[in-house]
Amino acid sequence: MSFLEIEHLEKSFGSVRVVKDFNLPIEKGEFVSLLGPSGCGKTTVLRMVAGFETPSTGSIRIDGRDVVSLRPNQRNIGMVFQSYALFPNLTVAQNVAFGLKVKGVKVADRTARVAEMLRLIGLEGYDDRYPFQLSGGQQQRVALARALAVQPQVLLLDEPLSALDAKIRVSLREEIRDIQRRLAITTIFVTHDQEEALSISDRVVVMNGGVAEQVGQPFEIYNRPSTRFVAEFVGTLNLIEARVLDRDSGRIGIGSREASLGRPLTSDRLTLGIRPEALTLGRAADRDMVLEGRIDDVHFLGSVIRIQATVAGERVMLDTFNRPGTPPPAPGQAAEFSVHPEDLLVLEGERSP
Amino acid sequence: MPLAWLGMVPFTLFAVLFLILPTMNIVVGAFQTPDGTPTFRNVLNLFQPSILSAYWISIRISVASALAGCLIGFAMAAAITLGGLPQWIRGPLLTFSGVASNFAGVPLAFAFLATLGRLGLVTVILKDWFGINIYGLGFNLLSFWGLTLVYLFFQIPLMILIITPALDGLKKEWREAAEILGASGPQYWRMVALPILLPSLLGTFALLFANAFGAVATAYALTGSSLSIVPIVLFAQIRGDVLQDPHLGYALAFGMIVVTGIANGIYVWLRARTERWTR
Ligand SMILES: Nc1ncnc2c1ncn2[C@@H]1O[C@H](COP(=O)(O)OP(=O)(O)O)[C@@H](O)[C@H]1O
Ligand SMILES: [Mg+2]
Repeated sequence: MSFLEIEHLEKSFGSVRVVKDFNLPIEKGEFVSLLGPSGCGKTTVLRMVAGFETPSTGSIRIDGRDVVSLRPNQRNIGMVFQSYALFPNLTVAQNVAFGLKVKGVKVADRTARVAEMLRLIGLEGYDDRYPFQLSGGQQQRVALARALAVQPQVLLLDEPLSALDAKIRVSLREEIRDIQRRLAITTIFVTHDQEEALSISDRVVVMNGGVAEQVGQPFEIYNRPSTRFVAEFVGTLNLIEARVLDRDSGRIGIGSREASLGRPLTSDRLTLGIRPEALTLGRAADRDMVLEGRIDDVHFLGSVIRIQATVAGERVMLDTFNRPGTPPPAPGQAAEFSVHPEDLLVLEGERSP
Repeated sequence: MPLAWLGMVPFTLFAVLFLILPTMNIVVGAFQTPDGTPTFRNVLNLFQPSILSAYWISIRISVASALAGCLIGFAMAAAITLGGLPQWIRGPLLTFSGVASNFAGVPLAFAFLATLGRLGLVTVILKDWFGINIYGLGFNLLSFWGLTLVYLFFQIPLMILIITPALDGLKKEWREAAEILGASGPQYWRMVALPILLPSLLGTFALLFANAFGAVATAYALTGSSLSIVPIVLFAQIRGDVLQDPHLGYALAFGMIVVTGIANGIYVWLRARTERWTR
């Protein structure tokens, strides 16, 4: 059995079910992200684990113990909020010591633990500052230290980076992951930012409308999305409509071209999903699927050249690496694009709006 | 720019004519004899038992009504902001508070006399229907507690009006962060919520104190001259029907300014001590 076990968790507010049959086993020391658009129920799941919301049905077990009937202050869980939620009337040291103080830890032990925590987050010497004297990133690190000081069994982070600016967001997420690894603390991290989730998680849970659509490692989620929603939500995806010419052999038509997927298909229409990095400008010898279109726009970003183009009536985007000997194409020019069939995500059924 | 300054004129004129000049007049008058020679006589005359006791009872009534107003008003404001009372109660309660906090003077005094006076409605009903004679039990509207009770009628709403926004400012996350760190409700209030609210609480207390301390119209309309609190002694001096010494009146008013000033000084000092953590 897993360390943290969430089974058949459901939550309704009034008549609205916002979390539906949510199942998630998490191993000890694992870092799991809940990823999904705003309003899909991520926070609600986290708050049920924390004990701020009572599940309508389902169970949550930590280390074999059912915690659903326990109050938040009995669960030994650490939590970090998007708004930092530092106590403004307490100094950095007092904030970090808060959990220890209410548990009645002796002053000497408290002081030692606070020093250790401030070292961990790289804020030694900030003991006597008040939260308003810190930057957002520093405040969030103090909030992390405060949550970790009591040595919780589980760490919950609800969009901890969303209020920070882009640069800090990237460096702090690495820092959080690094600290999490060092302490080997079981962690659930909530975010709506797919890059964030992919880059730091052991596993990602993609949520949509209160349902966990897919649970898997980042590589798997990105490359083998199990639903159309996951494919479109995670990463950038070019979508091209295709006609099925022959179901049995898997022949399809895209614009004026034909290609074979080499396997039987179940529907008459399908959408091809192509990651920007899987689409190549020009005809590559070993790629057997060729599409034609027109270059719309070219952004030279240095190491990468981002090209916007129209293929079979759809706007697509592709990234190519810069080569000193190959100047970027000119906008307006007609072009051929190729893609390896293995890199295609075949999305059958209705296209979401 | 010139137009912006022009906008300041009417009220500045008001403040100068009706606040600053009279105050100067009082302060100067307190240190003058009727014929204009400087003296400390008037101020020294304040230190007679009847006047000192008038100050003392005024201060006590003001502190009592401010404290009770703070406690009761806080409880009510907490009930509508943090306690899960239905949302529709909030609007009417705040509107009512806005009206009631300005309900003072003759109408308020009359309302209380008509209700809890010797022949007031409630007094009579209690006596005739339930056999409880509150005046027989020692209650008197024209007394320390009577006046305190009347003052509470505007003190409580004033507290509600001022403290509600402060309570709204307590973030839900602070409570949750405290809770998940293992704190109980009382621990959260003692270590986080009350320290955060303390500056507002002190400020409101100081305001309620000053409010009660200067409430001459209500006190006079209610008690006539039967309860010797400073505003009433002062009123008597102004009308010249008792001691007939207008300059003692100046000194009395000056004394009130000093007491209010000290109260505000204490407030500013406490506030500075409790607010180190704000920007
Ligand atoms: N206390 C609540 N009462 C009613 N509805 C709520 C409450 N909390 C959340 N919801 C609703 O539940 C849904 C999921 O919310 P939430 O878990 O906060 O989403 P996310 O964190 O993924 O953005 C939203 O539609 C939200 O409006
Ligand atoms: Mg959320």
